[in-house]
Amino acid sequence: MAWDGNDDSAPLLEIRGLCVSGRSDRRWHEIVRNVDLVLRRGEVVGLIGESGAGKSTLGLAAMGYTKAGCRIDRGSIRFDGQELVGAPREVLRRLRGARIAYVAQSAAAAFNPAYRLISQYCEGPVRHGRTSRRQAEADAITLYREMRLPDPEEIGFRYPHQVSGGQLQRAMTAMAMSCRPDLIIFDEPTTALDVTTQIEVLAAIRAIVRDHRTAAIYITHDLAVVAQMADRIKVLLRGEEVEEADTRAMIAAPRKDYTKSLWAVRDFRRAPAPVPSLRGEVPLLALHGVSARYGTLPVLSDIDLTVRRGRTLAVVGESGSGKSTTARVIMGLLTPCRGTIDFDGQPLPPACRDRPRGLQRRMQMIHQMPDTALNPRHRIRDVIGRPLEFFLGLRGRAKERRIRELLDQIELEPDRFIDRLPAELSGGQKQRVCIARALAAEPDFIICDEVTSALDQLVAEGILRLLDRLQREMGLTYMFITHDLATVRSIADEVVVMLGGRIVEQGPKDDVLAPPHHRYTELLLSSVPEMDPDWLDRRLAARGGSAGR
Amino acid sequence: MTGWLARLREAPVSAWIGILLILAYAAVAIFAPLLAPFPETAIVGPQYHPWAAPHLLGTDALGRDVLSRLVWGARNTVGIALVTTMLAFLIGTIMGFLAATVGGRVDAVSSRAVDVLMAIPSLIFALLILTITGTSILALILVIAVLDSTRVFRLSRAVAQGIIPLDYIEVARMRGESLFWIIRREILPNAAAPLIAEFGLRFCFVFLFIAALSFLGLGLQPPTADWGSMVRESAKLIAFANFASWQTATFGLAPLLPAGAVALLTVAVNLVVDWILTVASGLKE
Repeated sequence: MAWDGNDDSAPLLEIRGLCVSGRSDRRWHEIVRNVDLVLRRGEVVGLIGESGAGKSTLGLAAMGYTKAGCRIDRGSIRFDGQELVGAPREVLRRLRGARIAYVAQSAAAAFNPAYRLISQYCEGPVRHGRTSRRQAEADAITLYREMRLPDPEEIGFRYPHQVSGGQLQRAMTAMAMSCRPDLIIFDEPTTALDVTTQIEVLAAIRAIVRDHRTAAIYITHDLAVVAQMADRIKVLLRGEEVEEADTRAMIAAPRKDYTKSLWAVRDFRRAPAPVPSLRGEVPLLALHGVSARYGTLPVLSDIDLTVRRGRTLAVVGESGSGKSTTARVIMGLLTPCRGTIDFDGQPLPPACRDRPRGLQRRMQMIHQMPDTALNPRHRIRDVIGRPLEFFLGLRGRAKERRIRELLDQIELEPDRFIDRLPAELSGGQKQRVCIARALAAEPDFIICDEVTSALDQLVAEGILRLLDRLQREMGLTYMFITHDLATVRSIADEVVVMLGGRIVEQGPKDDVLAPPHHRYTELLLSSVPEMDPDWLDRRLAARGGSAGR
Repeated sequence: MTGWLARLREAPVSAWIGILLILAYAAVAIFAPLLAPFPETAIVGPQYHPWAAPHLLGTDALGRDVLSRLVWGARNTVGIALVTTMLAFLIGTIMGFLAATVGGRVDAVSSRAVDVLMAIPSLIFALLILTITGTSILALILVIAVLDSTRVFRLSRAVAQGIIPLDYIEVARMRGESLFWIIRREILPNAAAPLIAEFGLRFCFVFLFIAALSFLGLGLQPPTADWGSMVRESAKLIAFANFASWQTATFGLAPLLPAGAVALLTVAVNLVVDWILTVASGLKE
């Protein structure tokens, strides 16, 4: 391995007894409690934990920075011998961007949309007086090439919206490298990307960090990713350190229970559903030759799929493959230009406003982002109560009782949660409320549109278990849209693989996920990171061999 | 509602000043007949009486009591401005939300109509219409309300357009909720904060607009007391006042009294609006 760790000089970064607190509800809460972190030159340490564990706060503190509304209470942060806590602003300004750089989770939000990529690249080196603008531009092109961006000479002259998400994230990393810093903080740089894109970004980041012997703090909640990137892993829970160990040691034998529970998440497999062998059974939902377009842009062509009663159909594919559009067509939010949809043997009116109320009740959808799926001004009581009132005509006492039953079903204590606003819930709790809202209509069929992708793994697993239990208890039929193949493995009966608005492969899960694969399915499957630290190397070697690169 | 009462206790001093001032104005407007020492339009003394009992703020060119006219003016000016602003908001938000929610042709037609109305300078347009219709209070309210609703329309349409793509609107649509329900329960609560802020601002503009129209002679007609026309009637006194002694100086201060009343209410309304906005948008201190 490239990381020898033989560098015995003084550590590059030394954080001792750090406590950071943030202010909310007129009180100070501790976000990071008494954490130590030591980083030598050229070393990569991974920080993992669920949201709210203080990963990002700790990462930012390594730059001597805290978010607005936060403060460093105690502890010391020494960077290359220089104390950053309480250091004058001028000292920090000279370090930031020049010797310590930061790569944010969403490159799309971190770039200024009004400037070309290369202008933003040059800002750092020119500001810090390292090089002239011309030299910085030449340097940018070199780094773009190292990051394996297409058209390195040209791409810098585009605006952020003109390049893809994965390219933007690589341009962001190149920008962080512009002053050849000693330390880069990566804050979930691939979380927002598809698996097929993620692998390229991971490979590029790792190569550039190694080649320049840059130390890095790599923040993520994806264990398989951190296994590829980090020399050492530190696990955080509610602002405190759980344990720290070398990557291989940690993966082979985690010591603490919490770490073990993180590791075990990926093992969730639901009990296989008995295969109904009814030959003449009418499928609950069937799409026949459905095509759809946004304006003149075709987004779906010739989709044929069937969903059988009581089963789970998983629809996989990368973003832009038409998964969510299929869901919108089924729900009647987008009228197809060709094809028909049958629900329970009856043709379904294409627009949702033309569907009778009974039909609207029987089909429900759960959205990807619980934050935008719940009206921030409605209390939980109203969120769940409305479909009860609207579809089933429940009022007063009966409605109240049913709301409480539903809250019990989604494992949220009625007395504590019924009067809360969505802002007073965590991401997982919000998603549970969305599930309860769908259940309130007493549907037969639920579309789950990436319901776990905005959540941490532990929380996501809880949601999957809940959905599985509800399916078994109530005989629900699911269509599960996801780009996460681990989710498919754990819950699907049948799988549909989509690419560019078409179905490329479909069938029972075991057939689709077992070889031989369609080429695209193969690519998707091979891009899912595994917990093995050598996975990325093997994958790149295999691809390099087959693609002749 | 209980939430708002609890927050009222934590309101900053500036908000309290604003609330107290508005309550004082409201009390004056409501209890005008009890508070005013003299009738609104009657000639009760000599012309240009200095500030001394029984006419504490003097008398005007016709010998009417200035204090009484200020008190009655609160009722007329504030009352009409309030009714006009509420009407403007009723028209503007309903049309704006409809345009954003329904979209398509409804949006195109109403937006172009608003563009046309906004293309004409509103003061000139109001003068034109009021010259045609005559200067009744009803005409005044309707004309200003329609003109001001165009601004409200633009704001509410833009705010609603930001809310409509969110998933919870989609959920309501998939449930088959009516247009009215979606507007009232899903959009309105989330659009309230910017609309309330706009209400405060709009109220002040309407208020000044009526004062300006009165000043030009097309607003409230004499002998009705209102602050705008009071400023107009006494504006020229500044030039004639003798500032050598306090007694004679008060005479020149006459136009500043109604102008000050307008200014103070404007400030008070905005202090309260600032606070409501902070609370409603959940901004931290």
